[in-house]
Amino acid sequence: MLTILIFLPAAGAVIVALLDRGRDPLLRWTGLGASLSSFVVSLLTFALFVPGESRMQFVDRAAWVPSLGFSYHLGIDGISLPLVMLTTVMMPLALLSSWSSVTERVKEFTISLLLLETGLLGTFLSVDLVLFYVFWEAVLVPMYFVIGLWGGPRRTYAAIKFILYTMTGSALMLVAIITLYLQSGAQLGIRTFDLLRLRELQVPMPLEAWLFAAFAVAFAIKVPVWPLHTWLPDAHVEAPTAGSVILAAVLLKMGTYGFLRFLLPLFPSATAQFAPVLSVLAIIGIIYGGIVSWAQRDVKRLVAMSSVSHLGFVTLGAFALTVEGLQGSLLQMVNHGISTGGLFLLVGILYDRTHSRMLDDYGGVAALMPRFAAVALIIVLSSMALPGTNGFIGELLILLGAFRRNPAYAAVAVGGVVLSAIYLLWMYQRVMHGPVRVKAPAALVEITRRELLTLVPLIVLIFAIGVYPRFLLSRSEASVRALLQHVSERAVDSPFTIATPEIRWREFLGDPGIDHSRR
Amino acid sequence: MSLPQVDLRIILPEITVAIALAVVMLWATFLPPERQRLMRWVSEIGLLLALIQVFVVPGGAAFGGMYIRDSLTKSLHIIVMLTAILAVWLSGAYVERTRLETGEYYALFLSAALGALLMAASADLLLLFLGLETLSIPLYVLAAIARRDLRSQEAGMKYFLLGAFSTVFFLYGLALIFGAVGSTSLATLAAQAGTGSPLLLAGVGLLTVGLAFKAAVVPFHAWAPDVYEGAPLPVAAYMSVIAKVGAFAAMLRVFVLALPGGVVPWGAALAVLSVMTMVLGNVAALLQSNLKRLLAYSSIAHAGFMLTGIIAANRAGTSAVVFYLLVYAIMTLGAFGVLLGLARRGQEADDISDLTGLAWRSPALAGAMTLFMVSLAGLPPTAGFLAKLYVFSAVLDAGYVAVVIIAVLTSVVSAYYYLRVAYTMFIGQPSPEVEFVGGRWVGAAIAVTAAGVLLLGIIPAPVTQYIERVADALK
Repeated sequence: MLTILIFLPAAGAVIVALLDRGRDPLLRWTGLGASLSSFVVSLLTFALFVPGESRMQFVDRAAWVPSLGFSYHLGIDGISLPLVMLTTVMMPLALLSSWSSVTERVKEFTISLLLLETGLLGTFLSVDLVLFYVFWEAVLVPMYFVIGLWGGPRRTYAAIKFILYTMTGSALMLVAIITLYLQSGAQLGIRTFDLLRLRELQVPMPLEAWLFAAFAVAFAIKVPVWPLHTWLPDAHVEAPTAGSVILAAVLLKMGTYGFLRFLLPLFPSATAQFAPVLSVLAIIGIIYGGIVSWAQRDVKRLVAMSSVSHLGFVTLGAFALTVEGLQGSLLQMVNHGISTGGLFLLVGILYDRTHSRMLDDYGGVAALMPRFAAVALIIVLSSMALPGTNGFIGELLILLGAFRRNPAYAAVAVGGVVLSAIYLLWMYQRVMHGPVRVKAPAALVEITRRELLTLVPLIVLIFAIGVYPRFLLSRSEASVRALLQHVSERAVDSPFTIATPEIRWREFLGDPGIDHSRR
Repeated sequence: MSLPQVDLRIILPEITVAIALAVVMLWATFLPPERQRLMRWVSEIGLLLALIQVFVVPGGAAFGGMYIRDSLTKSLHIIVMLTAILAVWLSGAYVERTRLETGEYYALFLSAALGALLMAASADLLLLFLGLETLSIPLYVLAAIARRDLRSQEAGMKYFLLGAFSTVFFLYGLALIFGAVGSTSLATLAAQAGTGSPLLLAGVGLLTVGLAFKAAVVPFHAWAPDVYEGAPLPVAAYMSVIAKVGAFAAMLRVFVLALPGGVVPWGAALAVLSVMTMVLGNVAALLQSNLKRLLAYSSIAHAGFMLTGIIAANRAGTSAVVFYLLVYAIMTLGAFGVLLGLARRGQEADDISDLTGLAWRSPALAGAMTLFMVSLAGLPPTAGFLAKLYVFSAVLDAGYVAVVIIAVLTSVVSAYYYLRVAYTMFIGQPSPEVEFVGGRWVGAAIAVTAAGVLLLGIIPAPVTQYIERVADALK
């Protein structure tokens, strides 16, 4: 099932490649069809997923290169499930959003996005480290072309910066992966790249810290954690709308997913030791990203910088090492995908009409596009984490988790919430309200049905998660608990113990809770 | 004087290639130029027969232990044959179009292949030397075979002078080793290596210089960019692969098989060379605007990556180098194949800007080139990635952490220039001066190499299993 899920988009890409170049509508529909069918398969996975189970489900396993210890090993658990869903939801929307904005080389564009989807799904579903790395790197080339060929004026620079930055990080991760493989030979008696086996390793300490650092840097670049974020504004701003949406909504999550999937279980001792460092960096990112966003005059850049701030929350939650923190972190990954993906769609809709991204060029848009303004408001509020929307639950859980770890973390991070309210509302006000300052008001026609169609699913999700987050949280809880259990059992000499305290948020959210038998 | 009993079956592939070579040389003399295209098929059939023979011929030693046919020989021979066969496909149309001396071209071509075959099978430094010369001398001539092209003449001259110089080093090293251990046999060398006499050390050092020159390892690389740029395209393609196969076969035989362990401390020396090669090759490639020069520096850089596999000096390292050679051969020939499919006003289209907008005129060609560039950059899901992963894990196993870190970082650098080539094909307007001249066989070669790059990247198991048997050659 997971194999089908991963390779459906790739199969779609092959079909698109065989179609005639000139027939744009057919190419677009084929691309959309492929990503939608992948979405249907993922829905089926979601429905059949057993919530209380912490282990990998729907496992696909086959020998790949036995002599070198690679295996084709796929599986899904509570940590990867939300991200897989996020990918399959966002990709059709991204394709749909490009129908009017990408008019050149539609064929290549569709192929790139579909291959990107295969790479992303593979990254989230791989349980073998080499397989994971293959997909992780395979994402780069299509993204390079998406930014470099359909991007803005400085696209060449942005594309190169993006690929060199992320490749440098992942190159060192490759060295660390091979080192783990060699370690497994000595300790487990068999050399393997299988994550489930490698988790049992007890790497001696100075080495573990180095390996931790190699993985952490690779993931931190992708997230991006301050101060490794400098590639992000360029890539986001120059990428076409669909590219920015996928970049923000899904690609960045590869890093935070990596934290949870690989960094924590593989290096528990080092995680316990360095969690404060990463937490502090995350908090700096939250505040810094907020302040820098505030100062932007380019809407797209503002949204891009706000990602640095929001992903700071995700990182903070991951390294709080509490159930609330991790659950919140996971939920916030999805939320950020929805809300920031939505913001980029909104910016794209405006840009298609005016070809300007400057705040100064806007004003009074609400008067010209009232429906658009209403939709935009919901997405902005979700990004701001207003209660009732999805963002609220996520940030609340993260702050709760962080508070349990260290009240000071939560106290400072709350500043980020305030900042996000400032820059987002300020942006909204300057674009939507006031006198009409747009140069060509006639161009600002109300959003079309297709554009609305790209936003409606997001709005539904915003409220669904905001009101009833349990449909996601209950599926991830068992895996998160098992992960924390694993980390706290295996971490040696950690300066603090990793507790899994009572889960009050559950009562708080009025949730009777499923039976969770903990040891 | 009586010759020793030799089981000629063991050297059947070499005999076949040699017969094909003789036939081409003699027959072409009696054919008018326009009918010499027949020679292409004679070479092709000879190489194919030899390839089949590699699989069926029994293993063993011949010529008093000078020649050995073991699992390493077999794998390397397959790579040599594949290279030669693909290079014949690439050469055909070009040789006829530019009216090179067809008979001579294929005769020299087969002779170089014969040299590489001998190098792969040598168990004695003398045979190694013979193979090296049989490989090199035809390549000098091939580089200069475009007699009306000054650049080609210059390339041939440079290659010959520097190559002859490096051969002297090799020969001197051979003599010193003979002086130290009293024999040219690699087996004796292995047995006596423990003495570690200064004479032996000096000999091994000089031998290394000679081989490093052939493999274009820094600081013995300076000839490569000029020679590649000047030599006719199919010659550059062939040369860039066949010389590497020969040189790395020799390095495997000498360093890994005959001098394992720390007796002669060549590991650290080669580690320094490999780091220099990777850094210089990749950094210099950043500055190139000529594709042949870019591929020349790329071949230098890849020599550095392969050299790391030699210094690993373990079972995995040996198989990794052989696998890397195979992958390198396929992707390099593929990339040259795309260049051979194009021409600018009848000349070679060897500037990066000649590729501008290629994707809109020929998506298949551009797609294949993108694949080769991605593979050369070592990105998954292509063979180039697995080859690097394979080598690096062997080197890490041997404990050279710093070398591996430099290797991965330089391969990030390489992504910049490889992807720039791929990117160029997708932007801008195609130049009307650039036309397609490849023909059927170049197309076939591109298709085969592209499929190879993908298949070896996705399902490498059958091939790696076969190649891993080469480690049995290690005692």
